Amino acid sequence: MSLHKLTLCELQRKFTAGEVTAKEIVRAYFLRIGQVEPKVKAYVTTQKEQAMIQAAAIDDSLKGWRKTQPMMAMPLAIKDNLCTEGVTTTCSSRMLQNFVPPYDATVIATLRAQGYLLLGKTNLDEFAMGSSTENSAFGPSRNPWNVQCVPGGSSGGSAAAVAADECAAALGSDTGGSIRQPAAFCGVVGLKPTYGRVSRYGLIAFASSLDQIGPITKDVADAAFLLGVIAGHDPMDSTSADVPVPDYTKALKKKDLKKLKVGVPAEFFAEGLDPEVEQAVRAAIEELKSLGGEIKEIQLPRTDAAVAVYYVIATAEASSNLARFDGVKFGLRGKDTKDLLELYTKTRQEGFGPEVKRRIMLGTYALSSGYYDAYYGKAQAVRTLIRQDFDEAFKEVDLIVTPVTPTPAFKLGEKSDDPLQMYLSDIFTISVNLAGLPAIALPCGFSKSGLPIGMQLIGRAFQEDTLLRAAHAYEQSTQWRAKKPAVR
Amino acid sequence: MEITKQEVEKVAKLARLQVTESEVAVFTKQLSQILTHVETLKKYETSGVEPTATVLGQVNVFRDDVVRPSLSVEQALANAPEREADGFCVPKIIE
Repeated sequence: MSLHKLTLCELQRKFTAGEVTAKEIVRAYFLRIGQVEPKVKAYVTTQKEQAMIQAAAIDDSLKGWRKTQPMMAMPLAIKDNLCTEGVTTTCSSRMLQNFVPPYDATVIATLRAQGYLLLGKTNLDEFAMGSSTENSAFGPSRNPWNVQCVPGGSSGGSAAAVAADECAAALGSDTGGSIRQPAAFCGVVGLKPTYGRVSRYGLIAFASSLDQIGPITKDVADAAFLLGVIAGHDPMDSTSADVPVPDYTKALKKKDLKKLKVGVPAEFFAEGLDPEVEQAVRAAIEELKSLGGEIKEIQLPRTDAAVAVYYVIATAEASSNLARFDGVKFGLRGKDTKDLLELYTKTRQEGFGPEVKRRIMLGTYALSSGYYDAYYGKAQAVRTLIRQDFDEAFKEVDLIVTPVTPTPAFKLGEKSDDPLQMYLSDIFTISVNLAGLPAIALPCGFSKSGLPIGMQLIGRAFQEDTLLRAAHAYEQSTQWRAKKPAVR
Repeated sequence: MEITKQEVEKVAKLARLQVTESEVAVFTKQLSQILTHVETLKKYETSGVEPTATVLGQVNVFRDDVVRPSLSVEQALANAPEREADGFCVPKIIE
């Protein structure tokens, strides 16, 4: 049995039973990384030596009393916008190419305390801005199912690494779909928790009212397990919610959807949806019904406003958040500058790529004097309407099921010259962030060309347990996860 | 919504971005396209609608003012592009 094929939970069982050591786990993963990474390019940085040191420490600490110690050995890949103490954290940007954080993000510190093995930091669209990883300053990652296609983004490296068995599981971040869309494109599970569920301390900020950290995993049980590890209140993040964390793994015990009402919003099955995607998601809805779910047609009438609202709010917040990259305290500094103003402008010219500049420009424009009310104020008001749509819907249903993306993974270069087209492909994922809700993407089929298709389940705030239960029931009644990419 | 070259240059200045001639041309076209799409929000009536700044409804989150361990001077300066003694170094501001 090749260790790299196991899920995180399967690996934990083997480890706690004493059938495998942490060092053997790390060796197995680096063997796999050596084989497929040249084709997939999921990682910005790999950490073989350090991972072996971590593994040795875990193995040593367990000698003799393995059964009483809850210590684990979790070989994970971490999106390169999460601060890892002593390990370069680049955001896939020239701006942070040599940035070595002096502290761990809270999620990393939590994982570290429980025996995580950092295999490496994964590629993303620069500063998490994009839907394909083509905006990475270090080149795009590839889709393991077809290396001519994008893995999605912005957490494309994390999703590709999980799909190609280059890690047991990964963490990503999701501002407008950046966990769910790459998970769907790569045929894996991606969970965006409720806003406030997971601490964002140490996540390099893109859009603070939308960003959320979550797991990307091989199956739903792993997503439940990892969310349980990273969820909870953190005094270091004032936006983290002081809400009790339920036992998500226990929530998986009910293997049906009995007494659950599942809403199908007509607006998500409209023009522009690829027929193969529609067919796969419709079939999945039938399966949810046969599992005991009560299917109801619902309306989310303001869905078509979501892209416009998102690209005003997200860019406005980004233009403010990215003001810190000024060449003074950390990161890149522009060369040969004569005064402070030129230090700022040259640093930002050299450090940011085209998409980041475009979004800073758009956000700055939307916030500038004379346009603030027409753009930012208007977007915030329509955001309220979008939230009200969900509030209304969740009076009638417990879950909402939709496609994750209008199409399966697209080819590299196909949309990179047309930012608006790229933005519009986020249509099914961004309203969830605007409303702060939890949502999970999981595989529900394949296109004729062999690319994965994903479905999305959306839940009420802080009801990840219901979401995971339904996703798990569906996953267990289907066989999609048995298929693995050939990576060639 | 057509945005002009001059507006793009002004916004770049506000954002402290140095942009080239060709970038200005590209941004003028692309930002116009995106803003045209954003204009579609006009069809939604929002008078009297409370804007959403955050979904959690938290107001101020306070903590006790207690001294806690923090980064050492060396740690804080470790990523400095240029340093002098215990400080960050920048070009001269006052003549």
